[in-house]
Amino acid sequence: MQDANSIESLEGASFEPLKVSDRLARKALRHTKERVIEALLFAAAGVSVLTTVGIVWVLVRESYHFFTVVPIWSFLTDTMWTPLFADAHYGILPLLAGTLTTSLVALVVAIPLGTTIAIYLSEFARPAVREAVKPFLELLGGIPSIVYGYFALVVVIPLLQLFIPGLPGFNMLGAGIVMGIAIIPYVSSLAEDAMRAVPMSMREGSYAMGGTKFQTAVRVVIPAALSGILSAYILGVSRAVGETMIVAVAAGMQPNFTMNPTEPAQTISAYIVQVALGDLPHGSIGYQSIFAAGLSLMVMTLLLNVAGHFVRRRYREAY
Amino acid sequence: MIPADLSGIQRIIRRNKRRDLIFAIFGFVALLIGVLTFLALFLQMAFAGWERLTPDFFTSFPSRRAGQAGILSAWVGSVLVMLVTAVSAVPLGVAAGVYLEEYATRSWVTDLIEINVTNLAGVPSIVYGLLALGVFVYAFGFGQSILSAGLTLGLLILPVVIVATREAIRSIPQHIREGAYALGATRWQVTRDHIVPYSMPGILTGVIIGMSRAIGETAPVITIGALTFIAFLPESPIGPEFPWVNFEWLKSGFTVMPIQMFNWTSRPEEAFQQNAAAAGFVLVLMTLAMNAISIWIRYHLRKDIKW
Repeated sequence: MQDANSIESLEGASFEPLKVSDRLARKALRHTKERVIEALLFAAAGVSVLTTVGIVWVLVRESYHFFTVVPIWSFLTDTMWTPLFADAHYGILPLLAGTLTTSLVALVVAIPLGTTIAIYLSEFARPAVREAVKPFLELLGGIPSIVYGYFALVVVIPLLQLFIPGLPGFNMLGAGIVMGIAIIPYVSSLAEDAMRAVPMSMREGSYAMGGTKFQTAVRVVIPAALSGILSAYILGVSRAVGETMIVAVAAGMQPNFTMNPTEPAQTISAYIVQVALGDLPHGSIGYQSIFAAGLSLMVMTLLLNVAGHFVRRRYREAY
Repeated sequence: MIPADLSGIQRIIRRNKRRDLIFAIFGFVALLIGVLTFLALFLQMAFAGWERLTPDFFTSFPSRRAGQAGILSAWVGSVLVMLVTAVSAVPLGVAAGVYLEEYATRSWVTDLIEINVTNLAGVPSIVYGLLALGVFVYAFGFGQSILSAGLTLGLLILPVVIVATREAIRSIPQHIREGAYALGATRWQVTRDHIVPYSMPGILTGVIIGMSRAIGETAPVITIGALTFIAFLPESPIGPEFPWVNFEWLKSGFTVMPIQMFNWTSRPEEAFQQNAAAAGFVLVLMTLAMNAISIWIRYHLRKDIKW
């Protein structure tokens, strides 16, 4: 892995002694080059900070214009979201209800299944099974969300209609279930990582006392890995809250202030998509409303991230 | 409560073993649900879209008549957007990862960058769309173009590339660096000649996983205002005269595969659902292929490295 330049400079140094001033000049040049490169690399690392600053700046600036027209209080308490009507109401509650309901349904699916899979892979499965199954789970996590949305609309909702008569063609239940399946891989892989990080000696202690695999998993491994498992759940929640295309396709596009999963409703993210698909003029109140919606979404995921951070600190076991 | 007699203890043992077995079955069923969903999804799209998967489907523009509609503008758009994404995210992500692992000393600036990268990975993708709408589309004046979309997705996968680069670099043993430094190499020489080449398999894996995520992203691209009905191709990147490259395509309007699929999915007619299935099948094949490549790289290229 050596290029021509460095070989040349090595030869130059060993066969033709340079004057001291030349050597110093070369060293100075090399020093400058190193500094410039370090500065460039630092700038690249800084782009991620700029991204965050950009997100906050854009969301806050456009939301500020929005909140000069719509008071924050009515934004938070009004129960109607009708931005495209003549009598426009901007109450985030219906969208929030949609987001929370679909996320709850998703979690009811993802947490039990994800946890069971994690325990099974970490404590029960033979290494060969684990190695064979994990790529499948990764693929499940890599499927585009629009494909899941299509699957919810065309397969899962018709299937649910067989069991629940009168279920509308768009509903939060079907969207939430598919969303739950979509976030299983996130929950299971993080929870499994946390469980596998528990030292073998703790399991061996339990086995030596006559514990079965199940007892060891429930009474030793899970308590020891609790911080990692909880932060896996929190990541799952924040994925569910921000998930867009599944709900945009399968949950319907009508704001609906309800927590009943068998009804259609719109989520915060689906509203942003709906507005972006139309052509609202730049700078209009409708245009600004998607930034206010985005800000609400951002605040929710930020709170979840912070909660995750504290959970990791609070429940961390030192082995 | 521990029973004194042997048969009582045996009963407890049997009961516990039965619980073990029951849980193992549960675990297996849970796994099966995941794997079967994947298969159901894949096969449903394959069967529903099979008739539409003709060569014409790949060489036709979308159309009001479902039977003649195709994904030409969508796949060309996806390829061009991915090109911009790769060109922007890979150098930036690798450089940032190298900086954080090889150059940065512990300070509040480094801590800030690290916390920030972790947080960015948790930001919903649609928020990146809003960022791009405010910054790339309006503030920078790039418009609703391939350039805006590519840069947006580039920012979106930046944390993935950075994390993959850092993990790959961290697995290089310290004595490799020390050997190079002992021979008088500068930090950049160590990085360029040793660190980056040795961490290449890990970086590539991360880049491909990031790209496979980006190619399926719909929400941020819709948010910047990609059109859903495009019946033209951007100008060719290869120009007829010197210097044979042409950057007009960057400013062109576009659509991408997932948006085309979304458009078809949201129409009520059966025939368009068939198109959606076919487009979804192609899209999933694309992401599967990318994931398969990254898994292959992980298992085979890394095997050759023995420290």
